[in-house]
Amino acid sequence: MNIVVCVKYVPDATADRHFESDHTVDRVGVDGLLSELDEYAVEQALQIKESAEDTEITVVTVGPDDATNAIRKALQMGADKGVHVVDDSIAGSDSVATSLVLAEAIKKLEFQLVVCGMASTDAAMGVIPAMLAERLELPAVTLGSEVEFEGDTVRIRRDGDTATDTVEGTLPLVLSVTDQSGEARYPSFKGIMAAKKKPLETWSLSDLGLSADQVGLSTAWSRVESTEARPPRTQGEIVTDEEGSGAAKLTEFLASKKFI
Amino acid sequence: MSEILVLVDHVDGAVTKPTTELLTIARRLGEPSAVFIGAAGGADTAAGQLRKYGAEKIYVVEDTDFKDYLVAPKAEVLAQLVEKAAPAAVLISSGGEGKEIAGRLAIKTNSGLITDASDVQPGGDGSPVTTQSVFAGNYTVQATVTKGTAIITVKPNAATPEQVDGAGAQEQVEVTISAGAKTAKITASEPRKSSGRPDLTEAAIVVSGGRGTGGNFEPVEHFADALGAAVGASRAAVDSGWYPHSFQIGQTGKTVSPQLYVAAGISGAIQHRAGMQTSKTIIAINKDEEAPLFELVDFGVVGDLHSVLPAATEEVNKRKG
Repeated sequence: MNIVVCVKYVPDATADRHFESDHTVDRVGVDGLLSELDEYAVEQALQIKESAEDTEITVVTVGPDDATNAIRKALQMGADKGVHVVDDSIAGSDSVATSLVLAEAIKKLEFQLVVCGMASTDAAMGVIPAMLAERLELPAVTLGSEVEFEGDTVRIRRDGDTATDTVEGTLPLVLSVTDQSGEARYPSFKGIMAAKKKPLETWSLSDLGLSADQVGLSTAWSRVESTEARPPRTQGEIVTDEEGSGAAKLTEFLASKKFI
Repeated sequence: MSEILVLVDHVDGAVTKPTTELLTIARRLGEPSAVFIGAAGGADTAAGQLRKYGAEKIYVVEDTDFKDYLVAPKAEVLAQLVEKAAPAAVLISSGGEGKEIAGRLAIKTNSGLITDASDVQPGGDGSPVTTQSVFAGNYTVQATVTKGTAIITVKPNAATPEQVDGAGAQEQVEVTISAGAKTAKITASEPRKSSGRPDLTEAAIVVSGGRGTGGNFEPVEHFADALGAAVGASRAAVDSGWYPHSFQIGQTGKTVSPQLYVAAGISGAIQHRAGMQTSKTIIAINKDEEAPLFELVDFGVVGDLHSVLPAATEEVNKRKG
């Protein structure tokens, strides 16, 4: 089986993330990494590969030059090859444009299964899997917290707000997995060494038959009008509990704020 | 005035509170039209509620033919209604299902999409301007849709539902669902038992437990019940199997923005803060005085939650009389 895993290179959530003057995310001035939630997608693909012989995993990303680091990490974890779509005109693309580029890249590859994480950790929209399914005209079984294969059938557990559903579809399809789907492995030393020799292709927009006016900030289907840093919260009173004083002061605070 | 489509979220015709919030927002932007997808009987149950919150039209789409499939058919229904009614915007509740429907609809109608709006207001020309809280609540972003129909998913509590009588004229709509939309089938569904507590994302008060509970959520639950609050959990608590994932607060769980958030035994990793940082008042109880969450609290107790919470619960109950 050929599996395509879509990953995103994102600014580190623990760093000081911010916007550029054109309201796009600063993707250069902040250290980036493979989106944590995409590690679960890579892990899922690796688990499938471990149980099905002749499985090849291709990792695809769309992003700036440094986004190769996200592919590199996935290759170190055990994926087989990488495709990096990079083109200056893609900068500032919204979800509609990004899904277009990703879909065209996937179409150039042989695949039976596309695996995605549940959302990115920067924009956190969580719509790319659905958009890809729409563009590729494939079934989508999404937000799986458990995944099971039976021949061509993919079955997931999907934890909704009011019910837990079992959802199934037949390959080829788009699968997305949550952070409940299984702890992602760390790259081993052997994996890190092996990754250096794995093929990594770089594609431009024209390689995908797309033109600059179909993507990017000026073409986007939505526009950020303003971005404003929220004033930091200021620390209030901190008390240390001594023989029940903490509970008394806590209740006093609640009463002063009219919560009781 | 343009129609604004609101996808009705309901359980067997019982309309959820976020749907009434969407109707209130829709009225600011144009003429609210509710889209009810479900069993025919359910529409009659829902109609009263939808009218009460200002729905001028109610499009009723019977789902007998496609209810066992995942979101794709609902996106097709909305796409057909967008074509028919040419609305200025489509409003959908944020959440796993809502966002997927919105994503598909954006592609089908070649429209712009904004997710997780915490507010939507008409801009200078009347078209919607959204407010979102991003980067773990550290930034506020305002955005507009510039192409096609504005497709917006809205978070719970984005508006206070206002009762306004709407005409609520029901209109049965015939839709064609493609074979392609019926390819991801729901083969089993197990309803989750209700905890009897307020819904996490709608609650005015949330009390959460983390690693510090050591797996014993009783003090957290009792304190929550004394305050009439919902119970939440940190990812550490969920990953340890102490509390179900549907109660997880943070980046990969629920985002809450209640009047009061009480974190017990939660250190406050960025992923957790992303889910609660916009709460109005924040209280933390933690043994570790170095816990990062203390940096952003309005009130903090350095102490063991297993003694502080039960004593506070008793005190709260005493005051309530």
